[in-house]
Amino acid sequence: MFNYYLTMAALSLKRNLAVTSLIVTAIGIGIGASMTTLTMFRAMSADPIPQKSAQLFAVQIDNWGPSGKTLDTGDSEHLQKQISYTDAVGLMKARAARRQSAMYATTLAVTPANSQLEPFQVPARAVYADFFTMFDVPFLYGGPWGAQDDAGGAAIAIITQELSDRVFGAAINTVGKLINLRGQNYTIVGVMNKWNPVPKFFDLNREKYGPPEQVFLPFTWAIDKGMESSGSRNCAGPLGRGWSSLLRSECIWIQFWAELPTSREAVQYRDFLHRYAAEQRAVGRFNWPPHTRLRDVRAWLVYSGAVTTEARLLVLISFGFLLVCLLNAMGLILAKILGRTAEISVRRALGAARREICTQFVIEAGFIGFIGGLLGLVLTAIGLFGLREVLSADAGRLTQLDPVDMGLTLLIAIAASVGAALYPIWRAAQIQPAWQLKAG
Amino acid sequence: MQIRPILSSLRRNKLSAILIALQIALTIAILCNCLFVIQQRLALSQRPSGAAEEGVFVINNQWVDEKETNLTASLHADLALLRSLPGVIDAYATNSLPLTNHGSTVGCNLQPDQVSVTARCAVYFADEHGLQTLGLKLISGRNFVSSEVNDLPSIDSAQASAVIITRELAQQLFQGGPVAGRSIYLQFQSQRIQVVGVVDKLQVPWTSATGWGSTFNDNSVIEPFRYIAQSFYYVVRAKPNQLAQVMREAHRSLINGNRARVLERIRPLSEARADAYRDDRGLTLILTVVCTALLSVTALGIVGISSYWVVQRRRQIGIRRALGATRRAIVEYFQTENLIIVSTGAVIGVFLALGLNLWMIRNYALARLPLYYAPIGALTVLLLAQLAVLWPAQRAASIPPALAVRES
Repeated sequence: MFNYYLTMAALSLKRNLAVTSLIVTAIGIGIGASMTTLTMFRAMSADPIPQKSAQLFAVQIDNWGPSGKTLDTGDSEHLQKQISYTDAVGLMKARAARRQSAMYATTLAVTPANSQLEPFQVPARAVYADFFTMFDVPFLYGGPWGAQDDAGGAAIAIITQELSDRVFGAAINTVGKLINLRGQNYTIVGVMNKWNPVPKFFDLNREKYGPPEQVFLPFTWAIDKGMESSGSRNCAGPLGRGWSSLLRSECIWIQFWAELPTSREAVQYRDFLHRYAAEQRAVGRFNWPPHTRLRDVRAWLVYSGAVTTEARLLVLISFGFLLVCLLNAMGLILAKILGRTAEISVRRALGAARREICTQFVIEAGFIGFIGGLLGLVLTAIGLFGLREVLSADAGRLTQLDPVDMGLTLLIAIAASVGAALYPIWRAAQIQPAWQLKAG
Repeated sequence: MQIRPILSSLRRNKLSAILIALQIALTIAILCNCLFVIQQRLALSQRPSGAAEEGVFVINNQWVDEKETNLTASLHADLALLRSLPGVIDAYATNSLPLTNHGSTVGCNLQPDQVSVTARCAVYFADEHGLQTLGLKLISGRNFVSSEVNDLPSIDSAQASAVIITRELAQQLFQGGPVAGRSIYLQFQSQRIQVVGVVDKLQVPWTSATGWGSTFNDNSVIEPFRYIAQSFYYVVRAKPNQLAQVMREAHRSLINGNRARVLERIRPLSEARADAYRDDRGLTLILTVVCTALLSVTALGIVGISSYWVVQRRRQIGIRRALGATRRAIVEYFQTENLIIVSTGAVIGVFLALGLNLWMIRNYALARLPLYYAPIGALTVLLLAQLAVLWPAQRAASIPPALAVRES
């Protein structure tokens, strides 16, 4: 029976090719536009580390107090998105979480041993060893440095496969080799495999959707060497001279993440943070009540505005557009079905039940939706290609269409056109056999 | 033209008419808001930076070596080298410049130790060559003199000996009063600093429509420092039409002078502008495509449904023609019918457009839609709908009167 209806649908579509193509085009364009923007939106709002996002927490401590408000860099809750060096060291010393790492971004000059190659710049990140286990960073060769290296006694680095290939040539295990960073040799202890959490949740200050850094160094070592942050830095007070004055200052420029696998640990850590801030008050550093905050990955992304206003605007407009396309398709399907009252009457008179009429038209509408969906897929692919061309490299990375999205597109198209056809179908089923026969 | 028969016929096609009207209303609402966003983003990406961008290029220099004494000597050597190159008008080194989206701010105050800042402003460092290199227009006062310029290691904060500020900042600080002889305090500094000059315009480094910097877009302060850092910018102005050549030459001679460095992103300021506003221009392009598609879908829908109505009413049209209605009358009938439906939709659409705008103001920090957008949008869609109905109407008019006789 299904085949019969499908044949009927194909026949009817062929008979009214002009109108059918109008309907298909309307659905296709609508689906194409909305799926294009939805793909981008989904990438922006994706969970970058789904297996652990509820166990990883960003730490916020108010080290500026109520007067910090005048700096207008804070949020409505009056909290800063980064912490000071003093607090980073304090939290690392306490080791109150199962795993934790203070971190900041910097830029390094790499001088390849091969003198044919010019020195080049790479983004780097200073972290503690827990960073790699905490964020499930995959390794191709080697692995994280040991806890003793967190003290910063050795010139060691973990690099990405991409950088390893660029400096040493492709497909070589470079663990143990030396790489020249900032004019000094570092021993490579690990080579990372492809790792690309989008958005780059642990530091959303620059290039939120960009790839992670290419070199990772022990935090303490980077601090000892005076490697400056390439991210944002906000100060609520005067800076003296030199690197040590920055470390002593209340400037905020460091991100801090903690892994707290159970809700009990999260509660305990919240208490710990409160106690920590109270201690700082007791020693006279803060003269305001403890004000701290712990947010897991998803809450952090929402709070930090990982999804841009532009993306939300586009999604809104595209879905409005899809709605227009559906209204359009609905009007056309209505006209199409009502134009076939004679045919329906004949079928009814020949014994077709209302249900069968409905089935026939639902299948026909679904068929139209399927074809419209296919068109929509083609348009989505074109649209995403277009977005890659017109957007910056950072935003352009969000335009990958995966098979799930493709299936979803087709389903949405079918559902949308069947939905649009429901009322016309109901109307068609009401047609009385006798009336139309008499009229004919 | 009689409206009554049209209305009574519309009553029989209620749902189709409602669908068209709704579609028109939504189309107008989306169209107006899209056009408004397009217009705003275009205006945004054309904001002047204050620099005469033509002929200026930027080099991001990073030293491999990290010893501070070497950095100072190297910077002085590089600047002398760049200024001596043929085709170079002037050059200077800085921490930041417009269109780079990277820089720092400070509170510009009128009193020391102010609790809340008078004006937030972007900090730029330049020596006495900065103004000429960027082509900034000095509207009052004077440029820095070389005795005012000092070397500033990147981490340190030091008291400047003088500052040059933008007109907008002067306006916010002194409310249009005379600037000559006035002083300001930079946040957390106890000494006052004399304002020696005012430039017409110098945009902050950030270009986002709603993000950081958007609320103080033209508040900049220039401090007379040579910025000594691991990573910083050289800015060079080339003679007219020699930009490409000078860029190549600058790269070559800097590398030859000192190999222990990375020269990243050597680009003309015009390219920095294109990069800075790429996403804004992308958005306008996407919205333009969406608007075009929206209008075509709506127009095609009207063509489709009107064609159906023509087929449905063949006999009636034949009868009317047989009773003496002219072709013109038939065309007018369909046009009037379309006008009634579409104007109804347009009225709803105007309110919907304003409502959508209000919602977007609340959620997306969008500006208020100028009142004329909605009527103009509505009128555009109305005209488009009239055009779309023309072809089906003419087909209706070509139905022969004899049809009525033959088919009955």
